[in-house]
Amino acid sequence: MTDMRMIRTQTFLGIPPFPIAAKKALADSQLRGNMHHATHTIRAKRAKVTSELPDWEQLRVAGADIKDDVMANLGHYLEQLEESLTKAGATVHWARDAAEANQIVIDIARSHKVDEVVKVKSMATGEIELNVAMEEAGISVWETDLAELIVQLGHDLPSHILVPAIHRNRSEVREIFLREMGKVGMAAEPDLSDEPAELAGASRRHLREKFLRAKVAISGANFMVAETGTLVVVESEGNGRMCLTLPEVLISVVGIEKIVPTWKDLEVFAQLLVRSATGERMNPYTSMWTGVTPGDGPQEVHVVLLDNNRTTVLADEVGRQALRCIRCSACLNVCPVYERVGGHAYGSIYPGPIGAILTPMLKGVGTSKQIDALPFASSLCGVCYEVCPVRINIPEVLVHLREQVVDSHREGVPGTLLTTMKGASWLLGGGWRLGLLQKAAGLSTRVLWKNGMIGRMPRPMSRWTDARDIPAPPAESFRAWWKRTDGGRKDAASAGKTLRNGTDQK
Amino acid sequence: MKVALFVTCLNDTMFPSTGQATVALLRRLGVDVEFPKAQTCCGQMHVNSGYVPEAIPVVRTFVDAFAGYDAVVTPSGSCAASVREQHKIVAQRSGDRGLVNAVEAVSPHVYELSEFLVDVLGKEDVGAYFPHRVTMHPTCHSTRLLGVGDRPERLLRAVRGITMVDLPAAEECCGFGGTFSLKNPDVSVAMGSDKARHVRESGAEVLVAGDNSCLMHIGGLLTRQRAGIRVMHLAEILASTETDK
Repeated sequence: MTDMRMIRTQTFLGIPPFPIAAKKALADSQLRGNMHHATHTIRAKRAKVTSELPDWEQLRVAGADIKDDVMANLGHYLEQLEESLTKAGATVHWARDAAEANQIVIDIARSHKVDEVVKVKSMATGEIELNVAMEEAGISVWETDLAELIVQLGHDLPSHILVPAIHRNRSEVREIFLREMGKVGMAAEPDLSDEPAELAGASRRHLREKFLRAKVAISGANFMVAETGTLVVVESEGNGRMCLTLPEVLISVVGIEKIVPTWKDLEVFAQLLVRSATGERMNPYTSMWTGVTPGDGPQEVHVVLLDNNRTTVLADEVGRQALRCIRCSACLNVCPVYERVGGHAYGSIYPGPIGAILTPMLKGVGTSKQIDALPFASSLCGVCYEVCPVRINIPEVLVHLREQVVDSHREGVPGTLLTTMKGASWLLGGGWRLGLLQKAAGLSTRVLWKNGMIGRMPRPMSRWTDARDIPAPPAESFRAWWKRTDGGRKDAASAGKTLRNGTDQK
Repeated sequence: MKVALFVTCLNDTMFPSTGQATVALLRRLGVDVEFPKAQTCCGQMHVNSGYVPEAIPVVRTFVDAFAGYDAVVTPSGSCAASVREQHKIVAQRSGDRGLVNAVEAVSPHVYELSEFLVDVLGKEDVGAYFPHRVTMHPTCHSTRLLGVGDRPERLLRAVRGITMVDLPAAEECCGFGGTFSLKNPDVSVAMGSDKARHVRESGAEVLVAGDNSCLMHIGGLLTRQRAGIRVMHLAEILASTETDK
């Protein structure tokens, strides 16, 4: 039993829509520096270790194919998995949503009369806000992944799928450890430096006490092998393995899309995941367990299979490819938007490009302004698709979701953008209509801009002109020039002249 | 070979010099290019902003204007990619089998300028002269959606008098992103500022790209910074000859 004060887990509730949250993040020079350094380091490592595999592209195709087969036959594989797990001595639970999953975990913990649990880093439990539910039920949850520990001790929110504390540098970590560790367990040495080895030492001593005391552990899983009922956790630190082997009871909450049919399929993902995630050839600790092994490890093993709207995503023909995701974070690390704003601006446990598609689909398009802004938080540069180890065409899904967002707001008074888009649709429905617009623009130039650059303008143009000039529209459009000169044939000399003027203009 | 110019709505309205340069260049290479005046836009702005039904008349206008041409050349990687990737989606959404067939007939004939020059005409040296230090922004849609590879660079390296210099982090997005530049102006400008910094660091006098949309964004930042660096479309450099000087 612990007499330590409980940590209240923070939630993303109240994070404003992306453009507003992003503006604030962009002004944080410490964050910008930390994010630039971290993302560029992992980017380079990933590029190196993926380019050295001659069959990398085939592996990506295989990864996508295996996951697509799982999704197409999900019912079959889930039943097979349940059968395998049950045969191996595990108890299988089915959770339709976050509330059901949380209640199942709380009930199991209560049945063992514990007031604390240790936890392996897990995205699924973050998605369902399990920590919040357990704290409300009076049970302390100790995160044991180093980065999750930094986030938890810092009363902070995760900002990356793989490296939740990526927005922190080592001096900030030192300060958090010194200030917070003693409040909830073994304190850090007062002369702690910001050397990574010393920081790791402090967390090792702090966590060991919790590992040795815990009766119940909670995990997710990177993969579930249907043919044998084996769960797999891939990690770097070994802290996960401490949770998976020391306590008597192990509860794993896993999204139903985490299935791979066979061990042969697992081989493909073992190569794809680590090289995409940390940019290493192999990760230090891969733990696999198949139900209960008498006399070895947890003697009571539970698996909570979580839907939480995954089956709704599955019904979306374009969006369902997001269920292939193996949470490697490669798309975050290469994303030029994520790199500059960090993860918190996305207001979700799943940030970055994959979060911009997964969060709206899991929570429902049209449910809030914050959700509806996410599919627009991308320049559609496509670099996420290029690196995704399971070939999720994220730009395609973003555009698809933008359509859903627009359609969910078509009722009622039309907004500025809808009116503009409808007007543009009419104008672009025929060359002569566009010609009319151009004549008006050209006239405005003759009157207002005199062939120069346009500087600062009032709203809404200020969205462009606050930081960028824009060339004044030319006095003569291409269309008008073509008509006047018969495509330059009538007036070959003036074609050259216009060209030079046009060039100089910019 | 019957060849049409798809000038794009942005070039038509804002950057006619790019269209004129494309015409001058193609004529110099012996291509009698036509300008179907019914043309307007590829519809990308509508599709990428989520207004697919509004894109249907735009796509219909496109296929009506360009039906029957052996090649449709456009000085925009982004618009070429939109035609090839998105028109079929819009057509299918319309439920009009005729439009689907028309799109299937027209789309494969659409080429971005560098693709047309290198793949169709088989030219890398287009006889241009441009004695300046130039750096190139490869643009996301040209490289990642369209896959033009090093075609623009090969064309530029064959230009007489030109000095090509490397652009640091060239493959990174400039942050334009269509309506992204207005919906998320702060992130767009943050990305663009880094791009503009890299352009300045390159030591070039001229930044070239195959898309005036990206150039409008980067160029707008450069002139606001009084950087003294011009932006030019690929077509404008390739059209330049000694008699222009």
